Amino acid sequence: MKLSREEVLHIARLARLGASEADVDRFSEQLSNILENFEVLQEVDTSGVPPTAQSVNLQNVLSADEVAPSLPPDQVLANAPRKEGNFFRVRAVLE
Amino acid sequence: MSNLNQLTIHEAHRLLREKQVSSVELTKACLERIRKVEPEVHALVTVTDELALEQARKADELLAAGDTHPLTGIPAVIKDNMCTRGIRTTCSSKMLENFVPPYDATVVEKLKGHNPVILGKSNMDEFAMGSSTEHSAFFPTHNPWDVSRVPGGSSGGSAVVVAADEAIYALGSDTGGSIRQPAGFCSVTGLKPTYGRVSRYGLVAFASSLDQIGPLTRDVADCALVMNAIAGYDSRDSTSVPHPTPDYTQCLTGDIKGLRIGVPKEYFVEGMQAEVAAAIRDAVARLEESGVSADWEVSLPHTRYALAAYYIIAPSEASANLARYDGVKYGFSAQEADSMFDAMEKTRQYGFGPEVKRRIMLGTYALSAGYYDAWYLKAQRIRTIIRREFDRAFEKFDALVTPTSPTVPFKIGEKVDDPLQMYLSDVCTLPINIAGLPAISIPAGFADGLPIGMQIIGKPFSEETLLKIAHAFQQATDWHKRRSSI
Repeated sequence: MKLSREEVLHIARLARLGASEADVDRFSEQLSNILENFEVLQEVDTSGVPPTAQSVNLQNVLSADEVAPSLPPDQVLANAPRKEGNFFRVRAVLE
Repeated sequence: MSNLNQLTIHEAHRLLREKQVSSVELTKACLERIRKVEPEVHALVTVTDELALEQARKADELLAAGDTHPLTGIPAVIKDNMCTRGIRTTCSSKMLENFVPPYDATVVEKLKGHNPVILGKSNMDEFAMGSSTEHSAFFPTHNPWDVSRVPGGSSGGSAVVVAADEAIYALGSDTGGSIRQPAGFCSVTGLKPTYGRVSRYGLVAFASSLDQIGPLTRDVADCALVMNAIAGYDSRDSTSVPHPTPDYTQCLTGDIKGLRIGVPKEYFVEGMQAEVAAAIRDAVARLEESGVSADWEVSLPHTRYALAAYYIIAPSEASANLARYDGVKYGFSAQEADSMFDAMEKTRQYGFGPEVKRRIMLGTYALSAGYYDAWYLKAQRIRTIIRREFDRAFEKFDALVTPTSPTVPFKIGEKVDDPLQMYLSDVCTLPINIAGLPAISIPAGFADGLPIGMQIIGKPFSEETLLKIAHAFQQATDWHKRRSSI
């Protein structure tokens, strides 16, 4: 299980994670090593075994549709790196 | 009488009620201790001394007016991944270095309902990813039993403040062992409750199907008192289970006659330190003297796959949870960028540390097209097999007993550049999160002056059985009373 530089760059792009040349080399080596060790998972016979997503057996947890107080805009925006009026300011999505 | 900052919750509470000490005195003793030992252990990211003294003065007024709650006026520390309104909550990450939450986590809100004294926020592995607290973006935390060694992680700071007498108790979180492993490494009591028992609302999410909040305390009686305050249903956490919450102190009878414990042999792993195995054997013998029956031939054969399954599932969930750090709503934000995506990529490149990035990459890979079935879904199916093995064991046993970790605390720097070696230090604790079970770590001995922890695992919602057994053990032993010389 060897992850190439191209694969590492592809995953980094999917994760929107900027990576330096040194990062790519390090990820390639470390992730390859980790995944190689995790190949043991493939030896387990899981045919007919359903996956477990979480361990409590709650399903379709619903809550009443009731109006409740929420945080005021100034508190919601208090940690925003860039804001304008009552909005988060973002860079242009379309060039 | 020991120093005020060394008291248990129940001892301090008695002195407060008898008006022998005040909460302000208790708080000043802790703050004094923090000033003295923090330069050596580095357990705290933020110390809230003014707030603590203000809360202590208010608690003293309430105590004078007849407040009898066991947590009133008792100084505590909260792991820095639980939101505290108006107090910086960093997750020990550059990404949240200046983040001040506008609301309290449910556990914090519940504690505040009992007028605690909050001394500060504890250091951790960044976003709770790690087993040594070396992955904090700020500084590593040191083990008070030997400051050249790690305290475990990710709740290393919370374990250390209890072990080094800086606080009376602390809250931690546990995704793969992050309460129990540092509790074992620092010789304190740490409980990971059943998944769904304690609300995670306001806990910064790491791996949502595994995360759980719990107490780190000086003994089991204190653990029960903190559980009474934090456990229970919360509609704001959709995985919170609407079971009634018992009074956890009622099970501390000391009578464990007739209980059946199993000792699964797979937990005495290859490479386990001989002194650790010997200490657990001795501890089980002590439990047998107290009237439990122990079976040494229990086998949970798929335990050997738990580590790999965990390190696929947890990073996968982390990669999704941490997608929210985009530099737009809060947190670190790279300003020098050419475009929206460039800004996001730079924000995440410079805001996250190496272990967090590694896990985001690993998780993104395991969830990506072409690999989802082979890795993520495979791991989730193995998760089912591991759960079923535990279910079958609990048909025969009231609890399972294992070491908390395969070794005593390791040296700072020893494993930090070797992710797989670091992951192995959770090998005894992470299967429990995979199955959503409750488990407690309690002090069970020392090897060359370094702590050894014993883990007791129960079926879902059997915290009372675990506390009962652990309490009986602490009545028969004094490992939990030993103090480090720091």
